[in-house]
Amino acid sequence: MSRNLIIGGLLSAVFVTAAVLSFVWTPDSVEAINIANRLKPPNPDSLLGTDHFGRDILSMLMVGARTSIAVALVAVGIGMGIGVPLGLAAAARNGALLDETIMRANDLIFAFPSLVIAILITAVFGPSATNAIIAIGIFNIPVFARITRGAALSLWTREFIMAAQVAGKTRARISVEHILPNVANLLIVQGTIQFSLGILAEAGLSYVGLGAQPPIPSWGRMLADAQTMVSLAPHVALIPGLTIIAMVLGLNLLGDGLRDALDPRLKVVRT
Amino acid sequence: MLAYTVKRLVSLCLSLLVASVVIFVVVEVAPGDPASFMLGINAQPDTVAALRTELGLDQSKIQRYFSWVGGMLTGDFGTSYTYRTPVSQMIADRLWVSLPLALYALTLSTLIAFPAGIFAAARRGGPGDLSVMGATQLGVAVPNFWFAMMLVLIFAINLRWFSAGGFPGWDSGFWAGMKALTLPAIALALPQAAILTRVMRSSLLDILGEDFMRTARAKGLSARQALWRHGLRNALIPVLTIIGLQFAFLLAGAIIIEQVFFLPGLGRLIFQAITQRDLIVVESVVMLLVFAVILVNFLVDLAYAAVDPRLRSRT
Repeated sequence: MSRNLIIGGLLSAVFVTAAVLSFVWTPDSVEAINIANRLKPPNPDSLLGTDHFGRDILSMLMVGARTSIAVALVAVGIGMGIGVPLGLAAAARNGALLDETIMRANDLIFAFPSLVIAILITAVFGPSATNAIIAIGIFNIPVFARITRGAALSLWTREFIMAAQVAGKTRARISVEHILPNVANLLIVQGTIQFSLGILAEAGLSYVGLGAQPPIPSWGRMLADAQTMVSLAPHVALIPGLTIIAMVLGLNLLGDGLRDALDPRLKVVRT
Repeated sequence: MLAYTVKRLVSLCLSLLVASVVIFVVVEVAPGDPASFMLGINAQPDTVAALRTELGLDQSKIQRYFSWVGGMLTGDFGTSYTYRTPVSQMIADRLWVSLPLALYALTLSTLIAFPAGIFAAARRGGPGDLSVMGATQLGVAVPNFWFAMMLVLIFAINLRWFSAGGFPGWDSGFWAGMKALTLPAIALALPQAAILTRVMRSSLLDILGEDFMRTARAKGLSARQALWRHGLRNALIPVLTIIGLQFAFLLAGAIIIEQVFFLPGLGRLIFQAITQRDLIVVESVVMLLVFAVILVNFLVDLAYAAVDPRLRSRT
């Protein structure tokens, strides 16, 4: 196993465990306000210190990890669930009207500045975690469609696919039974990358107030709250920021490690 | 080349058309009537109706779509519901902040990425390469608004070299304006520089394996001479594409950074307009940003085709 895979896997596992653990246990309540204990630097009672309401930052981060992971995971799910079938269909009908339509629609979504549209969607339909998921998910669709089509196209020229065609299988059945399993590795790697981009996007949206709403803790809003306190208590901004970096870094390393482990020839789109 | 240009131009217009429909529909389904929002909950129904007529809200959706698009084609973006000033004027004012900010960030990102990418590629696999690649891993993982807050903490609050936010306006001098944009530009440039460094490095590595590079070495150039005379020029094509795309995304991506630094740019404008339900401003700013991205894509494609004739026959 490569070093990337181990470090990335460990980092990602820590955050997922913390998020799952937060359903049953956190060091302290994330709703209990204790003004007397506010803006305390890290100490034995609260390992990562307290925020401007005296809430325990470690507990907030654990619950916030739930929001980040849920949003990014579902957004990747939307991207894969819609993008992969589209990519498979486009490749199966290479050059036909269906292929052209799907790929042009993809180009169009790619051309949109994703952040602006995410802001537009969440602003128009109201800020919430669900709308953040949809906004991020839409921009995952063309990524998966494009990468699936690209990989599937090269598979369609291979002998084993021709054999399946000669055996009388339909194009749809070949796509599901033979093409999909062969592009799965690629999708897993790209999924990890999109997952990390989703974490960053969620943090950005909730920072400007368009993600999960209070009282649900989210990493982005912890940073927004910290902004005015940063000169009094730098730890309230420093710790959530470093948490986001560690999670995103972990996922990126995991993606690189998986790519090397699954197939060194894989090329991953990273934009 | 002409046929290719025409083809790309048709596709450009089609993209813009679809984009305008999508933006219009998304904004139109927004709950809440701008007229009743502006007048408050105690407004008389006939006052609201009068304002709706004045704003053109009583026309059919199709009529309003065409008058919006038609207006934009002639440079008339409509009148802001809230400020009663021409939207084009508001956008122009804000562009004087957002555009220089994007250009500044792009310059910084290029100035960092070029040497870093060349350095890493020339020392492939060595400790120098590994450190640069490690730094870019970190660069893409850092949320730029958080990096912005850290810059404020260090350079504005502790060292007092810069102000923590706001923009004095270009009237107070070029350097004062540039100084106010420096921290935002650095924050914006960091992730872009990390991506550009990777592109620069991998593009150079691809070129270094080419036959003409071996020829250059065979005729007696040192590795460094071959890199500078033959490698760099050829490696620049993909890098320039990314720079083009980054510019458009920097313009749009500045939205969040403008919030951190309280800069009166397009980002602040769009957020204000959203909270005040000033839909015509929201529509126009979003359309403008999408237009910028699509136009840059188009220009990059053309530049690409001009450099590499093989691309003209494709797609």
